[in-house]
Amino acid sequence: MTFVGRRLLLLVPVAIGVTIIVFFMIHLIPGDPARTILGIHATPKAVALLHQQWGLNRPLASQYWLFVDRLLHGNLGQSLYYSQPAGGLIWGRLPATLWLIVYTAVLSIVISVPLAMLAATRKNGVRDHVVRVVPLLGLGMPPFWVGLLLQYALALTLHIFPVTGYGSGIGGHVRSMFLPSLTVAVGLSPVVIRSLRASMLSVLGADYITTARSKGVPGRRLFVRHVLRNAIIPAVTVLGINIGFLIGGTLIVENVFALPGIGSLMIQSIFNRDFPVVQGVTLIFGVLVVLVNLLTDVAYATLDPRVRFDR
Amino acid sequence: MSATTALVTVPAEHAARRKAQWYRVPALMAGLTLLVIILFMVIGAPLLTSHNPDVQDLNAILGGPSSQHLLGTDQLGRDTWSRLLYGGRVDLQVAFIAVLFPFVLGTVLGSLAGYFGGWADLIIMRVVDIVVAFPFYVLIIALVFVLGPGESSIYIAITAVGWVSYARIVRGEILIAKRQEYVLAAQSGGLSHLRIMGRHLLPNVITQGIIYAMSDIVQDILAIVTLSYLGLGIQPPTPDWGTMIANGQNFLTTHWELTTIPGLAVVVTGLALSLIGDGLADLLRPGQS
Repeated sequence: MTFVGRRLLLLVPVAIGVTIIVFFMIHLIPGDPARTILGIHATPKAVALLHQQWGLNRPLASQYWLFVDRLLHGNLGQSLYYSQPAGGLIWGRLPATLWLIVYTAVLSIVISVPLAMLAATRKNGVRDHVVRVVPLLGLGMPPFWVGLLLQYALALTLHIFPVTGYGSGIGGHVRSMFLPSLTVAVGLSPVVIRSLRASMLSVLGADYITTARSKGVPGRRLFVRHVLRNAIIPAVTVLGINIGFLIGGTLIVENVFALPGIGSLMIQSIFNRDFPVVQGVTLIFGVLVVLVNLLTDVAYATLDPRVRFDR
Repeated sequence: MSATTALVTVPAEHAARRKAQWYRVPALMAGLTLLVIILFMVIGAPLLTSHNPDVQDLNAILGGPSSQHLLGTDQLGRDTWSRLLYGGRVDLQVAFIAVLFPFVLGTVLGSLAGYFGGWADLIIMRVVDIVVAFPFYVLIIALVFVLGPGESSIYIAITAVGWVSYARIVRGEILIAKRQEYVLAAQSGGLSHLRIMGRHLLPNVITQGIIYAMSDIVQDILAIVTLSYLGLGIQPPTPDWGTMIANGQNFLTTHWELTTIPGLAVVVTGLALSLIGDGLADLLRPGQS
């Protein structure tokens, strides 16, 4: 409890900061935000209405308070384009994004663990070098470009996966979301492989591995039982640290694959100049990252008892 | 422990050997070679192509490679090869400038937080925590949206989001370095904080920041290309790799090369910079590879 409690307490300033940043977005808009958002053809009445709705004629502190008060009541504002609550729009789009995030995390582990094992078991060997250099290519690949290539090769040419869409039912989701998840995983895996390789190498050098070896534990068993179990914890952390990248990647990839998630909602809303929705999605993305970070910390503490006593 | 002994016994010959070794780090050499070639190609673009990247030729749209158009033409009949070169010019220039601002801001704030500790540290690091609570792309895209598309918005957005990594890295390094004897000596010698930070600490901690900057440029290039792909970055008709990919996307089934080629340019540039970063890390952090 104490560890989780302390982590929760640390979240309070971050949560307040996140709302402050999202709140201030509107004041970064050049000129009169209401007029800029509504465009040059807006009637003075519409501008005045928006001023009143957003409380733009109040002092800054009071505006912020209004914003927070609405948030606490679950009100993310009114979509200017769809004329319905932004919160409802986002809520309806959240499942697809969560699917994509979890699916990507799973695929990243599936890709990274075997490759890191290949590299770590032959340090400085040919396959170690290959596993270390090839991911460098992945680091420099624009996520949307990888998505387009996969779409071309596996969907448009070979017809193995659907080109776009979310699919229906769990089986449909698993099939339809494979390519988008793989796209984000290709960008994420290099980072995971590198740190997993490093942690496997340090585990391989530990005394208990030498002990296990001298006891005559066979190679495969040694790796799975002793090395992998201890090296997987840092991999979880690395995934957690890069959750921002993972979630940000989904934002782009949802657009390429026309997935009905909050990322594609954000981009559409940008082109609709639907400020409240953009603001709402930004907030939800921030909340997602904070929550996943908390989960990673808790998972880490559960997997590795030392963490609980260290901090 | 080994670090302190190494510091005490570091002989001149060690430093000399290390200096002589930089060209023997294969990753660094490969990366530098690649980068020099790329830079030569984009800077020397007028020498390598006679086509204007913006000139349309509606009689020659979506043409395949020919002696006239090395990589063919796009949907408006513009020469792909010259758009690739001139687009690289734009993207690399923006990326190299964009990496400087967060580097400077993050280094300054990280040094202040690490050196003074206390309130400065508390406030700066809480702000860092808040900024990293947002996914990189989400915050950048949101900022560019509110500021309006274009180059200056890219710089502001990348700076606002990117400085946090430098601040974390430099702060961590300063925390270690400020306990070393040479800093204590400088402090007891009565030097000003500014001088200690600028002349004594910074040269010793900046390498980590520079190594990170290499991978950061890669990320910035990706961000610029992504913004342009979404229509929020470099504005047409200025050629840029992201817009090229976005335009090619509509012809993916018939002219996949329009999408593939600019993407490959991004990947090769990213590879060059990553290799340099890796090589620098091997060179400047011996014993950690």
